[in-house]
Amino acid sequence: MSTDAPTGSRTGTPTSTPTGRRPHGGVGDALRLWWDALARPTQWALGVPFILLVALLPVLQIPVLTTVGTSFGAVLAQFGMYALIAIGLNVVVGQAGLLDLGYIGFYAIGAYTVAILTSPASPWNQMGVDGWLSQDWAWLAALPVAVAVTAVSGLVLGSPTLRLRGDYLAIVTLGFGEIVRLLADNLDEVTGGGRGLAQVAYPRLGESDANPNGVFSAGSGSGVLTSGVWWYWTSLVLIVVVLLLVGNLERSRVGRSWVAIREDEDAAEIMGVPTFRFKLWAFVIGASIGGMSGALYAGQVQFVSPTNFNVINSVLFLCAVVLGGQGNKLGVILGAFLIVYLPNFFLGRTEILGLPIDGTRIAELRYLFFGIALMVLMIFRPQGLLPVRQKLLAYGRTLYLAARRASTQPVVKEGS
Amino acid sequence: MSDIERREADLPGGGLEEPAVVDVADVDPSLADPDLVAERVAARRGIRVPVGAPLLRMEGVTVRFGGLTAVDDVSFDIRRGEILGLIGPNGAGKTTCFNAMTGVYRPTSGRVVLDGQALRRHRRHEITRLGIARTFQNIRLFGEMTALENVVVGTDARHATSVPGALLRSRRHRREEREGIERAMALLELVGVGAMATEKARNLSYGHQRRLEIARALATEPKLLCLDEPAAGFNPAEKEALMGLIRQIRDDGYTVLLIEHDMRLVRGVTDRIVVLEFGRVIAEGTPEEVTADPAVVAAYLGVPDDATA
Repeated sequence: MSTDAPTGSRTGTPTSTPTGRRPHGGVGDALRLWWDALARPTQWALGVPFILLVALLPVLQIPVLTTVGTSFGAVLAQFGMYALIAIGLNVVVGQAGLLDLGYIGFYAIGAYTVAILTSPASPWNQMGVDGWLSQDWAWLAALPVAVAVTAVSGLVLGSPTLRLRGDYLAIVTLGFGEIVRLLADNLDEVTGGGRGLAQVAYPRLGESDANPNGVFSAGSGSGVLTSGVWWYWTSLVLIVVVLLLVGNLERSRVGRSWVAIREDEDAAEIMGVPTFRFKLWAFVIGASIGGMSGALYAGQVQFVSPTNFNVINSVLFLCAVVLGGQGNKLGVILGAFLIVYLPNFFLGRTEILGLPIDGTRIAELRYLFFGIALMVLMIFRPQGLLPVRQKLLAYGRTLYLAARRASTQPVVKEGS
Repeated sequence: MSDIERREADLPGGGLEEPAVVDVADVDPSLADPDLVAERVAARRGIRVPVGAPLLRMEGVTVRFGGLTAVDDVSFDIRRGEILGLIGPNGAGKTTCFNAMTGVYRPTSGRVVLDGQALRRHRRHEITRLGIARTFQNIRLFGEMTALENVVVGTDARHATSVPGALLRSRRHRREEREGIERAMALLELVGVGAMATEKARNLSYGHQRRLEIARALATEPKLLCLDEPAAGFNPAEKEALMGLIRQIRDDGYTVLLIEHDMRLVRGVTDRIVVLEFGRVIAEGTPEEVTADPAVVAAYLGVPDDATA
């Protein structure tokens, strides 16, 4: 800097921040700042054990946390699927700002793709003698097919409808979700109609005398290591991979375009963002993640039927995203956890902190409680439990660290 | 003290209480050098027409909304390297002209030619890529993004990475990210918002937001920069600083179209002025010629105070 500057003209402003503290310092912000300031290896060193701890939750059987009424492993397996869905829906709703009420349609298409390819009841079963799927690896092979099919369905739904905005888009997608469900219900020859498709393939691993069908088979395992735990671990692996990929997108031209579209679509278009193309990408990526989750579902339950894919579940997915914090990847995972875990926490519980409760009744009333919780949240914390702060630059780290330095240690080096 | 530093000190909001202040030299020492900043900011793209020749031609452009003719057979040129002022009373069709140029409206008849190429059925983002960038009369930043991210969105207009490249962190993606941030920081420095780079756009002061819009538009590497009332809501000192910035941008090799009501600013900074009234061009020329033109005085400027006394 030039020497004749009377005061710090460039950084002249910090003189007015005596404390040097950012004004909005909640616990979450403090945590985030602390995390951002850590070096990459430290982040890995802390992150990996944390993920391992989360993975070991069903095995550790922590007293209060573990569910009473149902298998904790099964609850966590469901959480894994919902978490994937929340991540996918978050790309569409949270990042690109496209309200999608029919997201369950993609979940259904993913589940049905696996079921149609592998269920003996389906006419297109590929696991027979002349099919191209091997007996042992059918589910794993069907997974990418399911993802591809849902991606294409996202393209098919998106190309005509993404010219619509806001409420109109929401209504059209709502219709799409219903169309998928009704098709599943009525195309008896292919989907089995209301009877559904049974005996869907699942990974054949760890077959032994105790588990003749392998550890992934429904009802396998005893004690702590139920099949749910294995599915939970499978979904955790997928979640980590998807999070890394979606994170790459977020810190790129794609993520910036999405947020720009969400903030002001016309301004984004005029600033050179091909808005239609990137909205379509958001739809396709969201859809394929939803399809992946559907494939997990079909494999775990080994049975799909139309009743699982109704509108109320679609709204529940959206609830997870809004509750957790639209746009925040970790937030929506937390949202998915709460949506899945809380009803199961109460299920079968007769007392909490010494107070007698009818836990099962509370679990039955979960939509009532979620509704109330959402309303309370909208009044006091409309941005969700973990509000968004995206990082949209791949190499913004040095810069943000500099900003943090400047905000925590005010003005000393000016003029040096 | 360097030009850029002085301008920043004079800025509106220069003494604003903002916590997240970055010392840009801390990030990249070269940003403290105004010459290097100017070099990074300077227009890099090839332009076919030579300096002084018409860069953008409005050829008999008419825009009709139902029965209302907002712009009626308007023809004028914007020459490469000049600052052209577009003035006129409210409702004269200035912004409509602007929108016809930037593809928001399609002309009912006539055509807009940029650098020898007619803008026909181009979509708005394609027109931006062809080389017209604009700011908005009412600020339209991406409020939840930081100042730097806003500008990087502008640089993205020149980038080609899409989903596959970003997913796999391709070499091109990494190069574009680095270049984008580097150029965006230089642009923020140029307009004097560099220290606020990491602050959310909606938390910036009004003056900084207006300047940030200019930086974002420049980031698209336009052949022509259109400013729609950039000084609206500014006090005289802020207007003075803005005039300096507009001149600096022109000196960096850009062509500027300026829509503005403030005649002092228009006279002070423009090379030529086009006057619109009721959707027609009523005068065109240097600031001196135009302000002396009786038709312009009658339509827009009004009779000076001392003449009425």
